[in-house]
Amino acid sequence: MSDASITVRLRDQRGAFTLDASFEAPGRGVTAIFGPSGSGKTTVLRCIAGLHRAAHGHVAIKGDVWQDGASFRPVHQRPIGYVFQEASLFSHLSVRGNLLFGARAASGEPLLGFDEAVALLGLAPLLDRAPLTLSGGERQRVAIGRALLSRPRLLLMDEPLSALDRAAREEILPFLEQLHERLSLPVLYVTHDMAEVERLADQIILMEKGRVIGAGPLAQMQSDPALPLMGAREAAVSLEGEVIAFDPAYGLASLTVAGGVFLVPALKAEVGERRRLRIWAGDVSLALAAPSGSTIVNILPARILDARQSGDHQMTAVLGLGEDGAGAHLLARVTRRSWEQLALAPGLVVHAQVKGAALTPRHTIQS
Amino acid sequence: MFGLSPDIWRPIILTLELASLTTAILLVVATPIAWWLARSHSWWAEIVASVVALPLVLPPTVLGFYLLVMLGPDGPGGAIASLWGARTLAFSFTGLVIGSVIYSLPFVVQPIRNAFAAMGDRPMEAAATLRASPWRAFWTVAVPLARPGFLTGAILGFAHTVGEFGVVLMIGGNIPGVTKVLSVAIFDFVETSRWPEAHALAAGMVVFSFVVILSMSFVEKRMGRLSS
Repeated sequence: MSDASITVRLRDQRGAFTLDASFEAPGRGVTAIFGPSGSGKTTVLRCIAGLHRAAHGHVAIKGDVWQDGASFRPVHQRPIGYVFQEASLFSHLSVRGNLLFGARAASGEPLLGFDEAVALLGLAPLLDRAPLTLSGGERQRVAIGRALLSRPRLLLMDEPLSALDRAAREEILPFLEQLHERLSLPVLYVTHDMAEVERLADQIILMEKGRVIGAGPLAQMQSDPALPLMGAREAAVSLEGEVIAFDPAYGLASLTVAGGVFLVPALKAEVGERRRLRIWAGDVSLALAAPSGSTIVNILPARILDARQSGDHQMTAVLGLGEDGAGAHLLARVTRRSWEQLALAPGLVVHAQVKGAALTPRHTIQS
Repeated sequence: MFGLSPDIWRPIILTLELASLTTAILLVVATPIAWWLARSHSWWAEIVASVVALPLVLPPTVLGFYLLVMLGPDGPGGAIASLWGARTLAFSFTGLVIGSVIYSLPFVVQPIRNAFAAMGDRPMEAAATLRASPWRAFWTVAVPLARPGFLTGAILGFAHTVGEFGVVLMIGGNIPGVTKVLSVAIFDFVETSRWPEAHALAAGMVVFSFVVILSMSFVEKRMGRLSS
């Protein structure tokens, strides 16, 4: 329990719903709070903000105790930024007025200046508009800017994209990625959309029925057989790696991760930059011998570490890259028939054939 | 004034003074009540709301009677009046203001309460997450957002005070320049067969009421636009 971390323990009873959630998260990066609706994610976030008071709770952020025993710091004295599902802008103020609302009473080091926030979120053309004249995506961008300008030490985001249509979501995601790269601000990000987790999160807290069922680095949680992520139809791993080469003639970037190198299609990549790779379990097949003459670009030796049955007829295996299995984890989904015919089992060294490995999209942001 | 006799303009001035002062006091008194009624989930908020709404259904004579008792020499009003050597608050301008505030209270509380309630919890929550203390959030967020409600409440409170008759007659009587307001003056003119004067005042009231209703619908239109 270091000073640099977020410690949360909450117990509360509301009608038939029991919240009993405890977790620790590092004081940096994006931590997704993920789970089905009704699992208590939003309640956890509201308790951390102080918008809801859990009957029993301990909330400490980087050594600063916000709730403990009978002590409860009111919302307006907590250095948070909160982005609601609906932008919740003040309709009587202009965009500029909204952005400056929190800046006025804020204390502490500014995270970024007004002009910087406006540039980062592309708000310059909107400053004198009324919130009611903005599109959903624009409104949410203003809400994010407003939260950032209140000089938070922790940013809380409650499904900030779920009220938006697909186009607006794609409009906001690059801004969130930028935020992640540019600011050292820790973020707790509530969502029920795995695609958002795969693009944004470094850590994930899994919730179910008011309880935390798992918490840790994203890739580790994705490949944990004890957790439901691995069994999901869309099971995948997100790997972070460094670009070591880029071949513009073929549009392929070489990305090195622990235990292997992937060749992935990319429009543009800079040697040395860190990019995120998403590999869907269904795109990984297994072979006992190294296949030759295949169109599959990525064939990597790996060791089967664990496996579990998915549905009646499929197996999902956890692979560790490298013959020793010590590298990054992959998931492979194969039919139970193949699994049995090839006598696959944990401990076996195989060749993982990765049909599709995609960099998570990186959009260029219009200035 | 404008060539009118004092019999005509003195009640008009007195009525405007009474209605303005009453409206100002009402906004101060009604705002916290409306805020509490809009935000409280406790069951006795409804009881308080019903007490506030009583003047809507009570016959003005009943309300006037109780006010007379309260303001009179044996009531709390008399005790207050004795502070400056008077015997009673009844039949005084102060008494009229007190009566008007109570009588018009629901007309001011209701629209402000509705405006606060329509706003929901979210703006106050958003303000709190942006470091605004409850006090600052109230003045910089809740009040501006509820402005149409305040406007409607002020117009209704003012108009209702201008038009009251029964309560005034019970607690204020008919003292020229002190308690003789418009509605009482019209009644008097009719009683004494001074029809031209009654006509002039009555027609003025018709025009006034029309303007009030018209401006109300403008406010409501604006409110609808803001909340859409």
